[in-house]
Amino acid sequence: MGSAAIELKNITKTFGDVVANKDVSLTVNRGEILSILGENGSGKTTLMNMISGIYFPDHGSIYIDGEEVVIRSPKDAFHYKIGMIHQHFKLVDVFSAAENIVLGLKEKSGYNMKRSTQQIAQISRQYGFDIDPNKKIYEMSISEKQTVEIVKVLYRGADILILDEPTAVLTPQETEKLFAVLRRMRDDGKAIIIITHKLHEVLALSDRVSVLRKGEYIGTVNTAETSEAQLTEMMVGKKVELNIQRSEPKDPVNRLEVNHINCVSREGVKLLNDISFSVRSGEILGIAGIAGSGQRELLEAIAGLQHLTSGEILYHNPKTGKTDNLRDKTPMQIRELGVRLSFVPEDRLGMGLVGNMNIVDNMMLRSYRKGKSFFLERKAPKDLAERIIDELEVVTPDAKTPVRRLSGGNVQKVLVGREIAAAPTVLMVAYPVRGLDINSSYMIYNLLNQQKESGVAIIFVGEDLDVLMELCDRVMVIGSGRITGTVDARTATKEQIGLLMTSSNRGDENE
Amino acid sequence: MSKKNTHVQEPLFHIVKRGAMVWWRAWMVRAVAVLAALVVCGVITVCLTGQNPFGVYATMFDGAFGTKRRIWGLAQNVAMLLCVSLAVTPAFKMKFWNIGAEGQVLIGGLATAACMILFGDKLPTGVLFLVMIVSSIVGGAIWAVIPAYFRAKWNTNETLFTLMMNYIAIQLVSFFTYEWSVPKGSGQIGVINSATRAGWMPSLFGHPYLLNIIVVVALTVLMYIYLNYTKHGYEIEVVGESENTARYIGVNIKKVIVRTMIVSGGLCGVTGLLLVSGTDHTLTRDLAAGRGFTAIMVAWLAKFNPFYMVLTSFLIVFLQKGAVEISTIYGLNASFSDILTGIIIFFIIGSEFFVNYSIKVRESKKEGVSSC
Repeated sequence: MGSAAIELKNITKTFGDVVANKDVSLTVNRGEILSILGENGSGKTTLMNMISGIYFPDHGSIYIDGEEVVIRSPKDAFHYKIGMIHQHFKLVDVFSAAENIVLGLKEKSGYNMKRSTQQIAQISRQYGFDIDPNKKIYEMSISEKQTVEIVKVLYRGADILILDEPTAVLTPQETEKLFAVLRRMRDDGKAIIIITHKLHEVLALSDRVSVLRKGEYIGTVNTAETSEAQLTEMMVGKKVELNIQRSEPKDPVNRLEVNHINCVSREGVKLLNDISFSVRSGEILGIAGIAGSGQRELLEAIAGLQHLTSGEILYHNPKTGKTDNLRDKTPMQIRELGVRLSFVPEDRLGMGLVGNMNIVDNMMLRSYRKGKSFFLERKAPKDLAERIIDELEVVTPDAKTPVRRLSGGNVQKVLVGREIAAAPTVLMVAYPVRGLDINSSYMIYNLLNQQKESGVAIIFVGEDLDVLMELCDRVMVIGSGRITGTVDARTATKEQIGLLMTSSNRGDENE
Repeated sequence: MSKKNTHVQEPLFHIVKRGAMVWWRAWMVRAVAVLAALVVCGVITVCLTGQNPFGVYATMFDGAFGTKRRIWGLAQNVAMLLCVSLAVTPAFKMKFWNIGAEGQVLIGGLATAACMILFGDKLPTGVLFLVMIVSSIVGGAIWAVIPAYFRAKWNTNETLFTLMMNYIAIQLVSFFTYEWSVPKGSGQIGVINSATRAGWMPSLFGHPYLLNIIVVVALTVLMYIYLNYTKHGYEIEVVGESENTARYIGVNIKKVIVRTMIVSGGLCGVTGLLLVSGTDHTLTRDLAAGRGFTAIMVAWLAKFNPFYMVLTSFLIVFLQKGAVEISTIYGLNASFSDILTGIIIFFIIGSEFFVNYSIKVRESKKEGVSSC
């Protein structure tokens, strides 16, 4: 264990009325991995952005190797050998890995690609990276791009590395590989900070854990001496029951059948490739896959927002017993057919809701057309808004507040509440707990389970495999627009799903 | 902890986002901005012209309110600017950049003038007015629908399209002012139907502009209701805020764009009618007088609230009137009034920055230590 590499003292940062960090003090030593654990919105990223020079603290001081420093810009941070790997990569697509790595550097001896490439190869060997310096970024997988980002900061001589949610986009196998590299860097004497909200990763990787809650520093514990339960309690502030009550599906019948659908992007890339599956009433079908594998297109196709080149989407209407083909129908036409389809899209404020509108006006997005009157009818939406605020415990000054002012969890409650209030027979949700705190997440899971028990057919697109396996009945894995397999969530293993996520060419395991 | 003076200085200040500001504080900030603008204008006036700034302001005031006639002129100009502002509001609320209001007003005016010249002696008054109203609305609407249709159908850039439509409108008006010029070939129409006053809007209680003003007041209320309490207004807001959301709830975006531009253009046409039939009684290329562009600023400053637009259009017309008065009384260059107007508008727009952000100045280091 080395000395303190970086020390924060009484850091405070506010954005308007929101206190993002309040009096946070913590220390990272050389040769250790420190996890910063906290729920979404607890101020982890803000804190790290102050170390890497993106924000400037309102109060407090930062010490590096015992000396007080002022970090005003990412350039200053680089001067102090601090490197941050952001959640969203900052790479030029048409450049090669090596070009991206040297981009923006002012090397005294001039620009020399050959020497740089050698140096990159040397760094890769030292820490065990698997990287081809001449490969273009647009040809790379997400995990390869992340590797380039890490090598980029190492090449610049960083010895304090900050990684913001590095595993959010990785498969279980890739995560393991990343952890191995991080451990090697730690053993080499670097100080590593990883921001995360996944408990098992914290326990598997880090030496110490610092916990933030609502911008406040709660404490630091040694990983070896703690448990998942203790960390959760520190994070949430009270004991939380982390169980999802999964019931057996009750007489499931096919509600929605998707047969051999194909979808091509404007550039001619196949987004959906011969996809077939069925969704049953009283069942939650999970969809797993690396981000951008066609999940969004699939849901949008069912909702009538995506043009298909072939295939059919059949809806079995439980009321009339009729079967309708929803393909190439607009959302209006689908509703006119009597299909009760609710959809909670991934982009809540950009698609599901209108950020600048208040809760009442957002409630009537789907229903404002009712009636022949030229004027709007705001009474029913107002009642609905008040009911949702009350039942789902939405934290808001009143129903007239623009939804963009609400926190992520409350925004999602408003959206899910509205979609469930429409009494759907098919409910599609995309990443419904992304950015939500633990309590809100479990509230959403419970809502979904209630809907399932009342016979709704649910499609759940998720990213956290643990949740998918605990909540869903079946998990369908999608890779590069194809279905690579469907497994029983009660018996499958995480590794099994992880393998399916990366095997994009195995279409033969379709149900 | 020993404290060495570090080589990097903490920045003198940094900018911090504010939370929601209480409405009366926000208005105080804006009021302070206007005061500050007047002070700066005063300093500049003294430096550049050597005149007493209070005298200059008094002259401005006099220019706007000095006589009964000036007050009526001011009110009429406010009404006309407000009318164009109301017209562009639905388009801008939908994030459709209609900078073609100038042309739409001109076409409305052209249609009105055509009716007055061609049918002035032939139709009874009631029918003539009906024809004038319909043709001016249809004219303005057509001018707005052409770019709207292209945008909806082929996603063309409406900014360029509406702008270019302005030039076509100007040339059309030039053509007809030559065609109908009195005497022939002079290039000027002169006062239309000056003897019969056919197609002139009637004076109410002896005030020629009163009817114009009443029409615009009614339109202001109607536009407020249209935007806030109707399904159309709701769709305009959804499409403007997020086309993705509009798609998601099944709004026919193309239809909304075309429909909204019919409203926007039609209202511009009405402004043309009010200008030709109720104000100028003639047609020139300068009929709109830049109102189509000024209106955009009026609408944005008022955050698309028709009632606030009364205030913002009043402010801008007041500044223009006052500025003209200054340059005539003091014999100053006409550009000087533009300088003053520019400064005041700069301060008003700039005050929004202070409503949304605050500036934190570096604290003294000692304070920082004692709080540790």
